[in-house]
Amino acid sequence: MLRAEGLYHSFGRVRALDDVSFTVNPGQTLAVFGPNGAGKTTLLKVLAGLIQPQRGHAHVDGGRRAIGWIGHQPQLYGQLTVNENLRFWASLYDTRPASDLLARLGLEEHAQRPVRALSRGLVQRVAIARALVHDPRVLLLDEPFTGLDRIAAEALSRLLSQHAAGGRATVLVTHNVEEGTELATDVAFMRNGRFVHFAPRSGRDASEIAEEYRHAVA
Amino acid sequence: MRMLRAGRWITAIALVLLAGVYVRALGYTPVERSQGLAQKIFYLHVPAAIWAEMAMIFVGLASIFYLFLKDPRLDRFAEASAETGTIFAAIVLTTGPIWGKPIWGTWWSWDARLTLTLFLFLLYVGYLLLRGAVTDPAMRARYAAVLGICGMVLVPFVHLSVYLFRTLHPMPIVLKPSAPSLPASMLLTWLLSLGVFTLLYVGFVVQRYALSYLREQLEAVGEGELGHA
Amino acid sequence: MPLPDSLRHAWYVARKDLLVEFRSRTAILAAAAFVVLVLVVFNFGRDPTAVSNVDLAPSILWVTFTFAAMLALNRAFQLELENQAIDGLLLAPIGRSSIYLGKLIANLVFVATIEIIGVPLLALFFNIRILPIIGPLTGVIALATVGFVAVGTLFSAMTVRTRFAELLLPVLLLPFMIPPLIWAVLATSRLMADRPLSEIGGWLKMLAAYDIVFIGVAILLFPATVNE
Repeated sequence: MLRAEGLYHSFGRVRALDDVSFTVNPGQTLAVFGPNGAGKTTLLKVLAGLIQPQRGHAHVDGGRRAIGWIGHQPQLYGQLTVNENLRFWASLYDTRPASDLLARLGLEEHAQRPVRALSRGLVQRVAIARALVHDPRVLLLDEPFTGLDRIAAEALSRLLSQHAAGGRATVLVTHNVEEGTELATDVAFMRNGRFVHFAPRSGRDASEIAEEYRHAVA
Repeated sequence: MRMLRAGRWITAIALVLLAGVYVRALGYTPVERSQGLAQKIFYLHVPAAIWAEMAMIFVGLASIFYLFLKDPRLDRFAEASAETGTIFAAIVLTTGPIWGKPIWGTWWSWDARLTLTLFLFLLYVGYLLLRGAVTDPAMRARYAAVLGICGMVLVPFVHLSVYLFRTLHPMPIVLKPSAPSLPASMLLTWLLSLGVFTLLYVGFVVQRYALSYLREQLEAVGEGELGHA
Repeated sequence: MPLPDSLRHAWYVARKDLLVEFRSRTAILAAAAFVVLVLVVFNFGRDPTAVSNVDLAPSILWVTFTFAAMLALNRAFQLELENQAIDGLLLAPIGRSSIYLGKLIANLVFVATIEIIGVPLLALFFNIRILPIIGPLTGVIALATVGFVAVGTLFSAMTVRTRFAELLLPVLLLPFMIPPLIWAVLATSRLMADRPLSEIGGWLKMLAAYDIVFIGVAILLFPATVNE
């Protein structure tokens, strides 16, 4: 469903990606852990096609149309209402927002409010709805749990499990080993643009992975 | 460093030759009947104008190739060519009024050709300002390339304006479809001067190219020491 | 008739920009107020006995439009950077050219609104008979506006990510505005002097050529301003 082969990309002398290869199959969730500057965001941007890698190539079944992205920024227009935002983003994918999308995130009563007037937690939930508006088959998540309030984090976890259960793929990158571990089927550690560890999670819990991460990366 | 030294030598030789051209222009070339001695500036003014414009075309061409090949050498060349073009445009804008005062009776006239060299100068200034306003080297190169290509595309429109706008300017006398209407000795002096300016362009560009290369090396070393690499 | 995908997507982007602008209305109101102020200031700064209105009005009209357009152009991409929405546009399955054309359409609507306010005010303040020449005048204004807004939209995609964005855009754009402005001023003054239409045919052709060339160049170059 998602394949990376020998990805290499550098910014000047900094190697952001150095020979990264992996495959994510339907139903799998790959969690990539690494310190800041390890090349995680570059990896996601290459997978999304936002950056053309200098060597190697990335392939996503269905191309850009199949990708949903949650990044650091909500990618919403403050002056527009929640509904207007979702309708706009859906229109770019030639579709309309699913009727139950707002309900799944508990946003129904805020549909007509401008995003600018919403609290931070609500904005984050709208951002999640935005990423799901075209029912993507592949989700790319850049530190998705950072700064989420409890309700948003729970909603996100629930949606991600539903997403995986539907035979879809997810790649999640974060510097915080505590986040998203339970959702992962596969785990990778990244340092200086390289995968220093890449294996199925096979029952390891967050503390076991955190322990291994400290040995492999720190 | 070798390149920088080569650039300095070329420039030095060009400057000596320029002095030679002016010895010839003042001593051995006839004085133009209607304009008198003021016409002598023409050997400086017109070659500089030609190279100010050629430099823009080179900036544009290098920019096109940069967007395809992403080779930083092309970007460095475009920058060097723009800096040299700025100098030449400045020469045109200084010598123009010096000539204009005795002949037109005014320092500055909103004559189309002079005005459009002013725009060329402003174009270069904008290009260099844009370079200065972007810190990321790859982004700076891309943005500069976009502006450089647009600048090159603008040049023909500028020319179209020149011929449609009323002008006080002497019409082109060397590069015109019929035979040049210039005494042979003046033409020869002028051609020599054009050759010297070509050499001057090469010398300036080589120097600026070498300097920006060295600056990049220095920045890279600085980054390494600060631990960003 | 169904639009081609690229134009349909461009329209979605433009419609969204216009909706955002309609919600806040600050930029358009500021630009409209600016137009009125400039026209008033010009009115006090001239000597009606020395230069006749008809001779002065074309220059005033175009100077006003030039600076009002600058106000409009800076706004287009600021909107996208606020929440990094530009990444969402780049990620969506639409062409880069659709993003550019969408921004161009929104900017054109914006500048046209300012011009629709400006022309009658000019006619009123400077006592110029606009109605008999309204058709050809609209043509001149449209052709010139399309040209410099096309270049300005491309440049604003770059300047918005630099330091001193508000200052840098005019510095980059003005040399590119001069040729179409010269042609537009000449054509406008012929029109206001009641000269026959055949006299402005040449200027209109030049403006059209400029529009076609620079819209083409901008569509080709726009990806280089947003791709990493």
